[in-house]
Amino acid sequence: MRSSTRFLLFLVGAGALLAAAGLHASAEQDRRAPEQEGRAALVRRLGLTDLCLFTEARYTRHLSQADRFSPFQEHPASLEHFPSGSIAGPPPRD
Amino acid sequence: MRTWIERQRYIVDFTLSSLARRKGKNVALLLVYALVIFALASVLFFTEALRREARAVLRDVPELLVQRTVAGRHDLLPESWIGSVAGIRGVASARGRLWGYSYDPLSRANYTVMVPERFWGAKGEVVLGPGVARARDVAPGDKLPLRAFDGTYLTLVVREVLPADAELVASDLLLVGEEDFRSLFGVAPGVFTDVAVVVRNAKEVQTVAGKVTRLLPGARPITRAEIARTYDSIFDWRSGLVVLVLTGALLAFAIVAWDKASGLSAEEKREIGILKAIGWETSDVLLMKLWEGAVISLAAFALGALLAYAHVFPGKLALFGPVLRGWSTLTPDFRLVPSLDPYQTATLFFLTVVPYAVATVVPSWRAATIDPDAVMRT
Repeated sequence: MRSSTRFLLFLVGAGALLAAAGLHASAEQDRRAPEQEGRAALVRRLGLTDLCLFTEARYTRHLSQADRFSPFQEHPASLEHFPSGSIAGPPPRD
Repeated sequence: MRTWIERQRYIVDFTLSSLARRKGKNVALLLVYALVIFALASVLFFTEALRREARAVLRDVPELLVQRTVAGRHDLLPESWIGSVAGIRGVASARGRLWGYSYDPLSRANYTVMVPERFWGAKGEVVLGPGVARARDVAPGDKLPLRAFDGTYLTLVVREVLPADAELVASDLLLVGEEDFRSLFGVAPGVFTDVAVVVRNAKEVQTVAGKVTRLLPGARPITRAEIARTYDSIFDWRSGLVVLVLTGALLAFAIVAWDKASGLSAEEKREIGILKAIGWETSDVLLMKLWEGAVISLAAFALGALLAYAHVFPGKLALFGPVLRGWSTLTPDFRLVPSLDPYQTATLFFLTVVPYAVATVVPSWRAATIDPDAVMRT
């Protein structure tokens, strides 16, 4: 088999796999919609405000409820020391 | 058309055999390139899935929350505030919420303790988030001692553990009745953490928020739209995680582009000279070099993007896990709903494939326009 044919087959295969990943994502979104709806219902029922992503610090557990400067409030001249504080960027300005 | 295709195929055949002659160098380049795309795509897929999740799950968060700030810090508010907020025109109802954080020295984890509007358990009972049940290794019916504000222990009975599907919103939750909450934290009756407000007309939320700050100068209103914006912006391209990976990727590309643009190796120049001497046109040489860049960058993109999808969704972001966990000991164990946004994938493609292909062609054009005799003699 010519090298160009092999390369073309590789590209077609990779394209098909990417398309399959897209189809997988779309099928999973449909399949897991009730599960997501369950989470939305829990948020509604309990009056929750945030996703539970980082539990290490108060201001990263409830990202939307924290003050912008809370990382620096622990003591004067305190620097941010929780890794999640540097992963999640500052909330938007009003 | 057929002739054109055949010509391209012959050039690709030649390009592939030319790449195979420098196998070690090109395979190493391909792997590093694919790794850069993998890191970038992993972060993009992850942040996009999180944003989608936040949009779907947090669409019914309270319309307006009112906090009290004292000396720049969030503070408990008196019951009179609830009445004041409820009296504002346009407010349908206002409810005082009770919630806070509790550090558990046993599991060395922070819990979120909350009193739901209608707690379905009895006094002395607690409903746990799946993460807390895992951290403390308890099941319904077990006892859960919690250290109270005065150093004594409040022993609660586990009534229920929330389903594993709720991990992404409730992993660290402890739901208790109002009386237990107040005795756990020593919060006096008549004070609350914040106020959840229901506004009659959704268009008036901002106006009501303005009235709240005028009526209660120490108040900090947080609207539903602000919560949504927080999650939209917190993981966008300017956020820490994306900027970190993006900077690394851009620097890597800059090095590759600089290496390519600063000139070809003597061997590559000689190859171009020989090709021109045996009759190849400058356009043929450029086409060959374009294919060379395309072969490497397309293969790297395919490998990187596919591995990133597998890493983020079925693999639950295993490699970046320690970065996200930070110092926390209670880690929510969630599986994100996969998403592959065509716009985002196309952006990633153009940002990674095109610069490399261009960086390959430019120096070749310089070499291909020189006299073959001069090139071969150098």
